[in-house]
Amino acid sequence: LAAQDARSPPSQKRRTDDSTSTGDLQPMPTSPPLDAQSPGAPDALFSSPPQFRHSAIPLDFDISSPLTYGTPSSRVEGTPRSGVRGTPVRQRPDLGSVRKARQVDLHSDGLAEDVVGTEQSLGQKLVIWGTDVNVASCKEKFQRFLQRFIDPVAKEDEDIGLDLNEPRYMQRLEEINMVGEPFLNVNCDHLRSFDENLYRQLVCYPQEVIPTFDMAANEIFFDRFPDSILEHQIQVRPYNALKTRNMRSLNPEDIDQLITISGMVIRSSQLIPEMQEAFFKCQVCAFTTRVEIDRGRIAEPSVCKNCNTTHSMALIHNRSMFSDKQMIKLQESPEDMPAGQTPHTVALFAHNDLVDKVQPGDRVNVTGIYRAVPIRVNPRISSVKSVYKTHIDVIHYRKTDAKRLHGVDEETEQKMFTEERVEILKELSKKADIFERLSSALAPSIYEHEDIKKGILLQLFGGSRKDFTRTGRGNFRAEINILLCGDPGTSKSQLLQYVYNLVPRGQYTSGKGSSAVGLTAYVMKDPETRQLVLQTGALVLSDNGICCIDEFDKMNESTRSVLHEVMEQQTLSIAKAGIICQLNARTSILAAANPIESQWNPKKTTIENIQLPHTLLSRFDLIFLMLDPRDEAYDRRLARHLVSLYYQSEEQMEEEYMDMAVLRDYIAYARSYINPRLSEEASQALIEAYVDMRKIGSGRGMVSAYPRQLESLIRLAEAHAKVRFSEKVETIDVEEAKRLHREALKQSATDPRTGIVDISILTTGMSATARKRKEELAQALRKLIQSKGRTPALKYQQLFDDLRAQSDTAVTKEMFEEALRALADDDFLTVTGKTVRLL
Amino acid sequence: AQNVPNSDWEKKVTEYFKEKLKENNATNWVPSLNDVPVHYLKPNSLVKFRCMVQDMFDPEFYMGVYETVDPNTNARVLHFGKYRDVAECGVSCTSYTNFEMKIRQKDATFYCVPVPGESAWVKEISFFASQARVSPSTSYTPSRHKRSYEEDEDMDLHPSKQKEQHMGNSCCSGGDIHGCVEPKRLETEASAGHHLIAPNCSPPLDLNFPLPGEKGPACLVKVYESWDSFKVNDVLEVYGILSVDPVLSIVNNEERDSSALDPMECMDTAEEQRVHSPPASLVPRIHVILAQKLQHINPLLPACLNEEESKTFVSNFMSELSPVRAELLGFLTHALLGDSLAAEYLILHLISTVYARRDVLPLGKFTVNLSGCPRNSIFTEHIYRIIQQLVPASYRLQMTIENMNQSRFIPHKDYTANRLVSGVLQLASNTSLVVDETQLEQGQLDTTGVHNVTALGNLITWQKVDYDFNYHQMEFPCNINVLITSEGRSLLPSDCQVHLQPQIIPPNMEEYINSLLTAVLPSVLNKFRIYLSLLRLLDYSISDEVTKAVEEDFVEMRKNDPESITADDLHRTLLVARFLSLSAGQTTLSRERWLRAKQLEALRKARLQQQKCVNGNEL
Repeated sequence: LAAQDARSPPSQKRRTDDSTSTGDLQPMPTSPPLDAQSPGAPDALFSSPPQFRHSAIPLDFDISSPLTYGTPSSRVEGTPRSGVRGTPVRQRPDLGSVRKARQVDLHSDGLAEDVVGTEQSLGQKLVIWGTDVNVASCKEKFQRFLQRFIDPVAKEDEDIGLDLNEPRYMQRLEEINMVGEPFLNVNCDHLRSFDENLYRQLVCYPQEVIPTFDMAANEIFFDRFPDSILEHQIQVRPYNALKTRNMRSLNPEDIDQLITISGMVIRSSQLIPEMQEAFFKCQVCAFTTRVEIDRGRIAEPSVCKNCNTTHSMALIHNRSMFSDKQMIKLQESPEDMPAGQTPHTVALFAHNDLVDKVQPGDRVNVTGIYRAVPIRVNPRISSVKSVYKTHIDVIHYRKTDAKRLHGVDEETEQKMFTEERVEILKELSKKADIFERLSSALAPSIYEHEDIKKGILLQLFGGSRKDFTRTGRGNFRAEINILLCGDPGTSKSQLLQYVYNLVPRGQYTSGKGSSAVGLTAYVMKDPETRQLVLQTGALVLSDNGICCIDEFDKMNESTRSVLHEVMEQQTLSIAKAGIICQLNARTSILAAANPIESQWNPKKTTIENIQLPHTLLSRFDLIFLMLDPRDEAYDRRLARHLVSLYYQSEEQMEEEYMDMAVLRDYIAYARSYINPRLSEEASQALIEAYVDMRKIGSGRGMVSAYPRQLESLIRLAEAHAKVRFSEKVETIDVEEAKRLHREALKQSATDPRTGIVDISILTTGMSATARKRKEELAQALRKLIQSKGRTPALKYQQLFDDLRAQSDTAVTKEMFEEALRALADDDFLTVTGKTVRLL
Repeated sequence: AQNVPNSDWEKKVTEYFKEKLKENNATNWVPSLNDVPVHYLKPNSLVKFRCMVQDMFDPEFYMGVYETVDPNTNARVLHFGKYRDVAECGVSCTSYTNFEMKIRQKDATFYCVPVPGESAWVKEISFFASQARVSPSTSYTPSRHKRSYEEDEDMDLHPSKQKEQHMGNSCCSGGDIHGCVEPKRLETEASAGHHLIAPNCSPPLDLNFPLPGEKGPACLVKVYESWDSFKVNDVLEVYGILSVDPVLSIVNNEERDSSALDPMECMDTAEEQRVHSPPASLVPRIHVILAQKLQHINPLLPACLNEEESKTFVSNFMSELSPVRAELLGFLTHALLGDSLAAEYLILHLISTVYARRDVLPLGKFTVNLSGCPRNSIFTEHIYRIIQQLVPASYRLQMTIENMNQSRFIPHKDYTANRLVSGVLQLASNTSLVVDETQLEQGQLDTTGVHNVTALGNLITWQKVDYDFNYHQMEFPCNINVLITSEGRSLLPSDCQVHLQPQIIPPNMEEYINSLLTAVLPSVLNKFRIYLSLLRLLDYSISDEVTKAVEEDFVEMRKNDPESITADDLHRTLLVARFLSLSAGQTTLSRERWLRAKQLEALRKARLQQQKCVNGNEL
């Protein structure tokens, strides 16, 4: 235990000018054990060798000194459990040991540094060794912050139950009094807007400043609520330090500073008991003593203070104090990673309450102190590895998934768009042809198909979310679903790939390979913990994004049935292995299907061509046909477009990549900030459009529009308003929505026999004329059978031939069977094998 | 060493080595880890290593400058910590010596493996090149040459004797840059193959090679500068200091005892320890001084084609291009049993490369499906042997049900060991992947199998592989030439299907191919190799005039036959035209080439049509 730790000076680098300090290095006339305790090497201000004395340590014992906060030595057992003195202090292993910090007087000539600043009068001159932090002023400033800070930009939803016009953190303290959870979370952003300098100190010297904050908070708290009983004294937990966001940008300069990084938890260890205070007992005279752990080492007393026997002190494990500790591996989130590299990871140490707060798979923002520890090659060999192990002592976790990531998360969203970027986007949105511009920026390598691109663009923006839960109708779907069907080789897959790459929460699956499980979610038993874990599938993963499903027609029946719920209710229900839950799957679906005969048969309806159940088809807002147009001008343009693909230079392509980034930002901005509502004229226009659609059909005895189509229209109009960054849906939006809807209908719901748009092809799977023809045939068959007189049974083939001979249009076997079925349903006859029996 | 650390020295080191290595073929003097087993190399000497980045470990902070204090004399000494694994303190080092960090710096560690599927001839030629100092000729003796394709795999095992001789010679003539060999060791050390059984750890550590059956040293490469520019799967040539400090190996042994004492050790699992600090004798460390990405790994070509001297090399070669092409065509025609059309397409395939990506569309990929291959014959194997002789890196993937169900093609992250476990599809750019579908029988594919087939399909269509990171997937673009051999149409997507029409059926395939290979002169074979590697790197353009012509042509074709001519056909014909022009050394499309491309396509399609009819009749 006596082995000395090669220790980095915690503050050597950040003080004043580095180059001079290293130049001035002089041999320290100290012995190694002392040297290890000294928190820092001298710098330019204290160019003469400082003299640390052992005698300085007992002086540290002053309860009023802020620096003794957080040490169990100050604990007073058995006293009434209220008030500053009465409430036990809990050690903060997350901050490391603070006891050794000393204050120095800036104005003395840098010789007598080991004065411990216990008197307030000395306040202005005293700073903690190695920093520019003055305890008294720091404490005062922080108290002022707590008492006065009112968040000018606070949003209601962030802090439910807080009065925004009252000092925010005083209300938080009140909450602590009521709830009894002695942790005060402080947003560093608030602190920064209140006192820039204090914020800087916090970030640079967290180890020293946070205990001061603790003290300040406790003083205020117990001043206000003297009778409050807490488990231990309040601990301040700052979060949202702006210092770092990305794991990749962590630097040696960040060591020992307060940082905030985001990432995903990939592994967490078992609970590790870590000794905080060792209990020693003399084997000779039974004298006991407590020794605090200093940076993971126990300084074993070699001499018993009572009887002066050497090496008689033995460690008593079950009277020592331990704290909980957990090692967590954090991996940088996929969004932060540059392409082509593997993600970085960083180790976190969570202590006490923070143990087991996060699970693997969680996305979190972690605030903590970055540490570096040398690796000793071997305890018996003195050489150390030249690399350092780094980890973060966690002070604060903030989960970013669950609700936060979907809702508007103030901090992260604002960071996403700089002001200039927002300006550019807004500028763009004012352009009259913005819709055309954006749609042509979408998948530029895919030629033409303008309307399809427009449809997909609207899908990317989505409608407004409407909540009717109170009136019992639940959420209205805001997502737009699109189905592309058509000839193979018309770049459907490419379009899907493009969309998948464009949106941040996109998922790409193929109907051929995916099972229902892969789409929804499945329950897995973790082999280590024997714990059941819910693994989410593509649909859940793409919540708030787009799920691209290729080869939709190849999907099997059971898998497809899952989509019914998702596409209308936007939820997924799971009942498996004892887990019953409903997951959100607010995902738009972009699907592509190939016709059943590999080539699109223009003589058949959409349903007949792709053989999908109409219940599913009617859930798509837009169904586009991607057919190969037979047109010379088109061919010419296509050829030019393709040839240019093959020789265009890299730079020209670069430009288009730029567009993709702008497009992505534009969509993200609109999705999170714009929430258009219907204007009066727009609703009128929508009503008219709907009535018109119904009228067209009713003239021919069929219905060409259903309420679902009206809902589609509304969604499309809203999405179009979003494209314009408009908070109001206006008539032009409705016009465009109508046009697109009509285009899509014209392509997919045209009855190939009559050439008339007929929505019932999609809603019932059969056009009105086809249904009529079916009925007629059944009637003809009934007449035929009746004309044969009272025969109990008829030959199947015979009957078929008779019917064919009688009818003036061609009767296929399928039609014949259908007619038989219809009659069987009417209890007129039954079909057994090759004979038809009358009832 | 009391001097103030000067950050300039780091730059000077790099500059110095850069200059030194430029001088008269100095690069050949540096021993290469690819050729020489680790134990023949002197620790802390300069070595080179041609490798692929398989995984990237977390960046580390190291002691840029540190200070040691001698407890007896209180003498303080400053040391540099760069380019070393262990901080040392000289002679007076005792257990009471203190290390104090003065300057912290950041570096990155890459886990590198030799280029997967590297052909035997690449190894051989570069091995000989590094022997240039002994005998200046790069031509090889026929006996060696013959062995190379019959016993490729044994390549690394047997020639240790020859290497010993070479190394012995080099030791006498050794310069100051490269390390000397300790002759004592030569007799005692076993061959390189024994490396895999490390004495220190049981079970043996998985060295994580992408392809099964690979050998060669894996290496932890520490990069100190601009590591951001490197990516996973990049092929690098690194020059750096070899570190095989035995202390590093001791870590592994003692770790288990000491871990209870040191609270910091609980950070990593034993698994992770094993992977991230394997014994140095097994996985040596290289502290990089210079690292460069390689455009290609063909040792017959200058490494960088933009330099002045390489330009003359290129123009010289281009001048004699057409005879080489003709010869290669003849050679491949023979190899493909007399089918010259298939041979033509094979050339186009072999020089294809993804030269750009248009949003998600990779341009320049040319996956050929060679259908009509005789089933269950050794034919596909021979085709692969021939390709192996021509391209620098290749792999033959046997598509059997077992293979598909059992192996994991996609690399995935193992979070307990914190590393990327490699899979067959983790390949360097321009690797030839020959998928042998003739071996596929009817059977049940399980989940892994389906994933593998999907991954293969994605690789072919989008030229990307989605690596599995458990909680999410990450997309890694790649550039792999896939050739599928199958009986009928392949179940995998492909850009172009060529149906093989053998003109001759040799009674003994093995003999036939062997005689074919022995008949071709080594110098000619080398020309083929240069030809294929070089043409891949050329630029290409289409003039406005030809664009017009192509447009007209397309419109015309559509008019005549709107059913069968689609945009895909135009895509393909443009690709064929591109590679056809390049294969003749032309960097712009000419009208003739366009017509020739159309003609080739017509021939190919007619064959497919004919095949359909034959099949139809059989039914």
